[in-house]
Amino acid sequence: MIDGFRIPLGDWARVAVDYVTENLDGFFTFLRTVFLGMYDGVDFVLSTPPFWVVIVIAALIAFCAKGWVFAILSAVGLTFIVGVDQWENAMDTLALILVASVIALIISIPIGILAAGSKKASAIIRPILDLLQTMPAFVYLIPALLLFRVGVVPGIVATIIFALAPGVRLTELGIRGVDSEVVEAGQAFGASRWRILRQIQLPLALPTIMAGVNQVIMLALSMVVIAGMVGADGLGKDIVASLNRIDVGLGAEAGLSIVILAIFLDRLTATLGQGKSYLSRLIDRSGSRRTASPDVTPVLFTRS
Amino acid sequence: MYGIVDPDRNRSAFARAQQPVGVRHQEHVTTTIAVRAENLYKVFGRRPQESVQQLEKGATRADTAHLGTAAVIDASFDVRVGEIFVVMGLSGSGKSTLIRMLNGLLDATSGSVTIGEDSITNTSPKRLRDVRRKSVSMVFQHFALLPHRTVLDNVAYGLEIQGWSKSKRLDKAREVVQLVGLDGWANKLPHELSGGMKQRVGLARALAADTDVLLMDEAFSALDPLIRREMQEQLIELQSQLGKTIIFITHDLNEAMFLGDRIAVMRDGRIVQIGTPEDILTDPANDYVAQFVQDVDRSRVLTASSVMEPARSVIPITGGPRAALRVMRDLQTSAAFVIGRDRVLAGAVHDKDALRQVRANETELIAILDSDITTVSPDTLLVDLVEPSVSSTLPIAVVDDRKRLLGVVPRVTLLAALGNLDTTTGEIPIVEEELIADEIADESASHEGAIA
Repeated sequence: MIDGFRIPLGDWARVAVDYVTENLDGFFTFLRTVFLGMYDGVDFVLSTPPFWVVIVIAALIAFCAKGWVFAILSAVGLTFIVGVDQWENAMDTLALILVASVIALIISIPIGILAAGSKKASAIIRPILDLLQTMPAFVYLIPALLLFRVGVVPGIVATIIFALAPGVRLTELGIRGVDSEVVEAGQAFGASRWRILRQIQLPLALPTIMAGVNQVIMLALSMVVIAGMVGADGLGKDIVASLNRIDVGLGAEAGLSIVILAIFLDRLTATLGQGKSYLSRLIDRSGSRRTASPDVTPVLFTRS
Repeated sequence: MYGIVDPDRNRSAFARAQQPVGVRHQEHVTTTIAVRAENLYKVFGRRPQESVQQLEKGATRADTAHLGTAAVIDASFDVRVGEIFVVMGLSGSGKSTLIRMLNGLLDATSGSVTIGEDSITNTSPKRLRDVRRKSVSMVFQHFALLPHRTVLDNVAYGLEIQGWSKSKRLDKAREVVQLVGLDGWANKLPHELSGGMKQRVGLARALAADTDVLLMDEAFSALDPLIRREMQEQLIELQSQLGKTIIFITHDLNEAMFLGDRIAVMRDGRIVQIGTPEDILTDPANDYVAQFVQDVDRSRVLTASSVMEPARSVIPITGGPRAALRVMRDLQTSAAFVIGRDRVLAGAVHDKDALRQVRANETELIAILDSDITTVSPDTLLVDLVEPSVSSTLPIAVVDDRKRLLGVVPRVTLLAALGNLDTTTGEIPIVEEELIADEIADESASHEGAIA
């Protein structure tokens, strides 16, 4: 052992967090209010209508995205959640995931664009992402609790931080993957950088960016239990409770409900990246039928 | 790979041979400079400026490799309005880097580029975007179409950036789509088109932008040979219609020879020779160029004017049969071309006929004139001289658009030219109005007197 060799990292971290809590309290209170407001708003929309209305809407969305089979399976899965009496918890959890994912995407996509645009920015951002992704999620919770107090907000914040990385990485990857000749074409015709981003890079990178959206949502779901530990309502809270009481039954019910939510969200967002949704394909097909109709009608007339 | 006999090529060569003097190589080219590059350097790497300094002192690409990769070294050239200027070189010769410096997609390490009045080097990004919008557009090797937009929207892209209203730009785009022969495909997406069609869209997009200068980066290299030939012909046709200045990059020498009014040959970042296709073929600047062009089908690049010899066995129409016989005897030939005022070719006389006329004591050469002789324009390709050369006993006469005799191509000269042997036996005299004709007339008149 080396006597006296001790890096006082812990002290530094404490001092830093103390400093932030004391001096930036107003800012964090503001953030807390915003996040809480968003969460309450989304939760209100999801929890107020009767469960079957939400299930029908979810099934409709599923139908538009992928078709009949997915719609029916979604309805069955969500009804199962109602059946095990986890509906309210599931809606709380869904609200948390949606809010956290949207904020994570709002932060991560511009950062990804920035990283794709400059090698220097990429070199700085990459190690930070590594840190965010590998740091055990519990560690974020400690300062988050101090800054945002017990409740759903520290859960949202920890979820955002944890879920940021894939959004940034896949946005960068997507934009870097756009055929450089097409970008050159934009430049060669005198397009501004913003126009190239908007009309060439983002549309062409969209499938990859959507894969990032999917990953962000999946990572947010994986944080549900940890959010439950700091007092966020929802399925995570019941799982934490069942762990404390060794309640196998409750654990299974809440756990399976998370799985169903996860599968539903995953399949739904996975279709986003594949270009055409089921609905747009349906519209295309009816459109082509309409253009074909002039050829068909005379035949019908002659027969009648 | 080079020199494959291609029926399409034949047709176009024939079409070219039918054209009057100079159509291909001069008429559409003006003397105004459209694009000027001066001492351009591009070095990729850590210490580009240092590398340029050494290169300026004559260091080679390999000498400065530790300072960075010298992609383009000391490139200077002028491209005239209406010209097709081809930059040819193998991969790694720096031609793609060069073309990208012309519209500022790459910054030059040193040197300057001017398009029209506008400087491309040392200018603000905004100014550069303006120049790209109004003066110079580009066609790419792999088409670079926007895959999520229809053909029409792709063609209208340049106009959209120029700020045209939607209906106006679509109207214009429809016009250009028709011009390149894609009507009926306007609402398709790029992935529904074949390679040749995609490049037509790329070309249409560049044409729609209506810039004076068109940069084409290996534009036809990704197409299969037959489509490539078709596109080359279409490009020449469009160019003669629209009078654009085109800078065309290629690694295919035959393509360069076919399209280029002038060709710049690049090697290891340097331009080793700039000249017309014939210059490059007949007078290669160094062994590299010579080796490069040795496989070219010479018969399809060289023209009658580059191999013709001065016509010696010539007699003015005012001279009599005796003068004709004398010329033939001096030159040991059995026939002589007969020219009128201004060196206009009237026909030929044969020694037997002249002899008969002398015996019959007649003096009018017109009576024995053989006017059924083969003439070609100076722009006729050698490949089109073969057949007339075989079927005619006389050398082929090369005449300009006013039927003035410029020179002759004897069979042996043609063979030697095809085999890349040196044959020209003397300078080709320039036809000077009146003067020469009068001189000849005087001279033969005195001969006439001597014989009499």
